[in-house]
Parts: sequence; structure tokens; C-alpha cells
Amino acid sequence: MARYLAKRVFYLLLTLFLIASITFFLMKLMPGTPLNNQAKLTKSQIQIIYEQYGLNKPVWQQYIDYMINAAHGNFGTSFQFSNQEVSYLIGSRIGPSATIGIQGMVLGVVLGIVTGSISAIRKNTWVDGTANIISILGLSVPSFVLAIVLQYYIGLKLQWLPVAGWGGFASTVLPSIALAASPFATTSRFVRTEMVDVLGSDYIELAKAKGMSRMGIVYHHALRNSLIPLVTVVGPLAVAIMTGSMVVENIFSIPGIGEQFVKSILTNDYPTIMGVTMLYSGLLVLVLLLTDIIYGIIDPRIRITGKGA
Amino acid sequence: MEEKVKIPKDAFQPVSKEDRLDDEKITAPSRTFLQDAWRRLKENKAAFISMWILIIVAIFAFTSPITAPNPNNSNPDYANLPAKIPGVSINGFNGTIVQGGERVDAYKANNVPAGKYFYFGTDYLGRSLGQRILHGTMISLLIGVFATLIDLLIGVGYGIFSAWKGGKVDIFMQRIIEIMSSVPNIVIMVLLLLVFKNGGILPIVLAIAINEWTTMARLTRAQTLQLKNQEYILAAQSLGESPWKISIKHLLPNLSSVIIIQTMFTIPTAIFFEAFLSYIGIGIQAPTASLGTLINDGQRNFQFLPFQMWYPAIVLAIIMIAFNVLADGLRDAFDPRTARR
Repeated sequence: MARYLAKRVFYLLLTLFLIASITFFLMKLMPGTPLNNQAKLTKSQIQIIYEQYGLNKPVWQQYIDYMINAAHGNFGTSFQFSNQEVSYLIGSRIGPSATIGIQGMVLGVVLGIVTGSISAIRKNTWVDGTANIISILGLSVPSFVLAIVLQYYIGLKLQWLPVAGWGGFASTVLPSIALAASPFATTSRFVRTEMVDVLGSDYIELAKAKGMSRMGIVYHHALRNSLIPLVTVVGPLAVAIMTGSMVVENIFSIPGIGEQFVKSILTNDYPTIMGVTMLYSGLLVLVLLLTDIIYGIIDPRIRITGKGA
Repeated sequence: MEEKVKIPKDAFQPVSKEDRLDDEKITAPSRTFLQDAWRRLKENKAAFISMWILIIVAIFAFTSPITAPNPNNSNPDYANLPAKIPGVSINGFNGTIVQGGERVDAYKANNVPAGKYFYFGTDYLGRSLGQRILHGTMISLLIGVFATLIDLLIGVGYGIFSAWKGGKVDIFMQRIIEIMSSVPNIVIMVLLLLVFKNGGILPIVLAIAINEWTTMARLTRAQTLQLKNQEYILAAQSLGESPWKISIKHLLPNLSSVIIIQTMFTIPTAIFFEAFLSYIGIGIQAPTASLGTLINDGQRNFQFLPFQMWYPAIVLAIIMIAFNVLADGLRDAFDPRTARR
């Protein structure tokens, strides 16, 4: 296990290193300058600004500086907001993003498990059919469309919840629902397939034969065994949440990381883009590593084969 | 004592050959793998309907250069007109709109000539929304299909090569995939698009394809590893067939079901990413329409003219649903074991 872990951590660091390098060189290739009114500035003014941000050094020097700083969690200062440290800028925005992200994830996964198992137990009935239609809809309707529709009908027409902005639990509800759609659909379809498989296996027959109640079978045997593989889709779900948060935060004007990322893209704020990219990558790599470890712990079959690898 | 059963000789009659000739004949026609899958797909009503919906949408979209030649023709006089269809008097499709609590004929108010109809209304620049949706659907489908094709070429090639070579090459290539797939692809897509800004459709197609091929490569590799040890591959090898020919003639046909299913799942993903990128403003650039840009444009006026976002959003949703249902159906058709029982 320790050797496996060490290997995984090594790949994690390698991945992050590669992402950082790719990001850096893509940024250098980018057209446009971070200076808003370059035409109006004199040569020496431009020179001073470039020196201030270290843009006058040769590219390899900038690369080394950048990598050393990035390893310390320092991504320089934002071009857009002068004298704002990128790490500070991002740090102050993690809270809202994490709140709606985690709420959306939990909501989607829990609802997905419930719907998925109900439709597996009642397979080929109208309940199953309805659940199937809802999950296909959740998979097919982009989160930004859902977000706008929710905002308009529930926020503006019915006035049940705040239309936009950040403050208090009420303002997190609609964004969380918009984010939850995709994890819900994925989880529900996944759990259904797994559950149908499990319900057809011999030990379920045995449990039935021994006279166990239906709920007991579902809870003790079927649900537990079908939820184990669900751990493997947590990574892709996290990606879906990240992707969704970029638009959902914009629509609901939530001061989060996704909103900042889109803003930075539109204003050529390279240091912030790099910082957010590294944050997203780091999070995802970490989630993938954790799910692998957890999967190994909760499923003994994987653990045994894992030793050989 | 044993009693002998006496059977008269005429109790038996020789069978004439003609009578029994058909006994060994197989009555049902033998079906190939594809025919079998097709038959199963036809039984799946939802998937079959989805397939026809997609065909119809594709026909409408790809004839749009002829049927809707001017998606970018703006006319400020006709801005923000609601839908008007000749002979239909349902509110919402008769050219009327609620303004200040009253329903008024927007066409009359804007002095639109009597014979002029916009079946889907117009946008804020007076461009025909119907024409733009047709055109946008075409662009979205094109991007989805092209990105998937590139994805397929890279993924299948990579997967077969990796599995066929085996050993260290395989391990190395799998490590690359591992690293690639733990990169959050939306971020990389955005960065790539920023570098190749204003490059038209091609950068978008490439950015989407580059980030989606790993799944295809993984599936192809897993399947090829199984096929590699089959007797017919060994036979082909011992007959001196080159690996290149073996992969085209023997591996590809046997991989086809995996490839087709994965392709059908990738196309809606690609369409989604295009819409997403266009929506946040770095995909398709104005004035070209795509479903993403249309939704983005419509969203600004959603409060007063909701139809401007509803129509493209509904078209996008229909396409995505149809692809997903069809992909589900195809998976069940090709592999009945995984069918929704």
C-alpha cells in the first residue's frame, strides 16, 4: 500500500508540474497584452510596468521564477486588480464556490442514489420510466439553461428565493440546484445499473429465501454493494461541478472562483488564469487520488489486486 | 420366456427422400452482427424515434444554406419581433406581444409589411431567429461531429497501437493517458481557445477533440487486448499479414460496436462543450450563430422576450436528448447483456 501510495503521489506531482508548464507556455503564446491602453503609454512607461511584473526577463527565466513561486503557492499579482495577490484573490473566493459546489454535489448524489435505487427496485414500471426521463433531461439540459430558467421562474416570477447575489443560505439554493442536475443524472443512471445487477445476484436470492424483508434486503445487501462502485464517478462529478460553476456563478453573480475565471479570461489577466487553472487541477488530481484510496479501502477485492500493481 | 412382438412387415414404410430433405435446413435467415443489432435497435422505440429526430434535425440544419440563406441580415426596423406563423392565431405565434399589460400586435407597431412572417421571431438586431437557429444548429452539429471524428481517429489509433505493442510502450502510453485524464479539460480547452482566438471553427474543434480522446483510447485498448489473443489474429500473423493490415481488417470490424457506442456518447458531449464555450464568450464569435451564442444572446432579453432563449435552448435540449437516448439504445443493441432489464 505504501509503495502504491508513493507512486501515486509521484504521478500527482508530475501531473501538476506538466499542467503548470503547459499553462505557462500557453500563456506566453497568447495574443493581446495585459495593458489596457498600450497605445497611449510611452515606451518607458511600458518598460516600467513590464519590469514591475517581471515580463522583461527572458522566457526561460520567467518560467523558472514562475515554477519556483508556484511551488510556494504564489502566483504573482493580478493584472486586473493592481496589487492584489492572486493567491489572496482566489483564497477570498473559495468560500462561496465551495459552498455551492459541495451543496450541489451532495444534493445531486443523494437524490441520484434515491432515484436510482427506486427505479431499480421498480424496474420497468412507470416509476422507472419517469425516473429515466428525468435523468436523461438532467444529462441533456446544459446547466446554464437550467440556471437561467430557475432564476427567472423561481427567483423573479414566484419571488421565492433571491434572484442573484451572495448572502445567507437562501441565495445558495438556486445555484446549488442548477449545479446538482448533472451529478444527479449521472448518479441516478449509475446506481440503477449497478443495483439491477446486484438485485439479480445469488446472495439476494438467498436473503429472499431466508425470509428477509424487502426493505432489509435493499438496505443491507443491495444498496451497500451497489454504492461501492459509485466512488469511481466522484472524479468526473467533481469536473462537472467545476465546469458548471463557471457559468452558474456568473448567472447568479456569486463572488466565486468560476466567476473570477471567466472574468480573467475576458480581461487577459494571465496570473489569475494560471492560479485558477492550478487550483482546479490540484483539486481534481487530489479528488482522483482520494477516490482511488477510498475505493481500495472499502472494496476488499480491489485491495487484493492492488497489492500486485 | 420372452415373448416376441410380432410386427407386420407393412407397418413400416420407407420414407421417401424428398419428404425429409428440409429437416436440416435452418428456417430463419442467418443474420450478421450488424443486422442483429439493427433489429434490436428497431425494437427500442425511444431510440428509434430519437434516430429519426436526429435525421430530421440534421436535414433541416444542413439544408440551411439554401433554405435560410441570410442568418446575419440585420434590419433594425424589425428588431425583437415575436413569432408569427401564417394562419395560426395562438398567442405567442401570431405576432402579438404583451406590452405594459396589454397585448399588442408587434408587427403592426413596427410597420412590418402584411406578407412578412418570422416563424420564430427576430433577435435584437432584427435578424430572423428561425434562420439563425437553423444555421446555429448546423454549426453546432458540425463542430460536434468533426470533434468526435478527430477524437475517434486519435483515440482508436492510440488504443490499438498501445495494446498491440504491449510491454513498456503500453505502460508508457497508459501513463500519458492517466496524466491527460486527470487534467480538468474545460480549463485546458479555455486556454487553447484563448491562444487561438478568432480562428473560426477549427480551433474549437481541436480544443474539444484534444480533451475527449482519452476515453476512446482506453476503451479501444481494453477491447484490443482481449482480441489480440484470439486465434484468428494468430492465424493472420502466421500467414505473414502486417500489423497495419491486421488492425484494419481484423481488429477494426471487431471494435466497431465499442467505437460506435462511444462515438454516440461523445457527440453530445462535444456539442455541449461548444455551447458552453460559446456561451461564456470564447467559442464561436459574432456574427456567426451557434446554439451556444444564440442562448447567450437570448438570455439578455429573457425577462421580456423569453422566446429568444427558449427556442435555441429547446433545440439544443432536443439534440442532446436524442443523442443520449440513441446512444443508450445502441449500447443495448450491440451488447444485450447490459440492456436495461
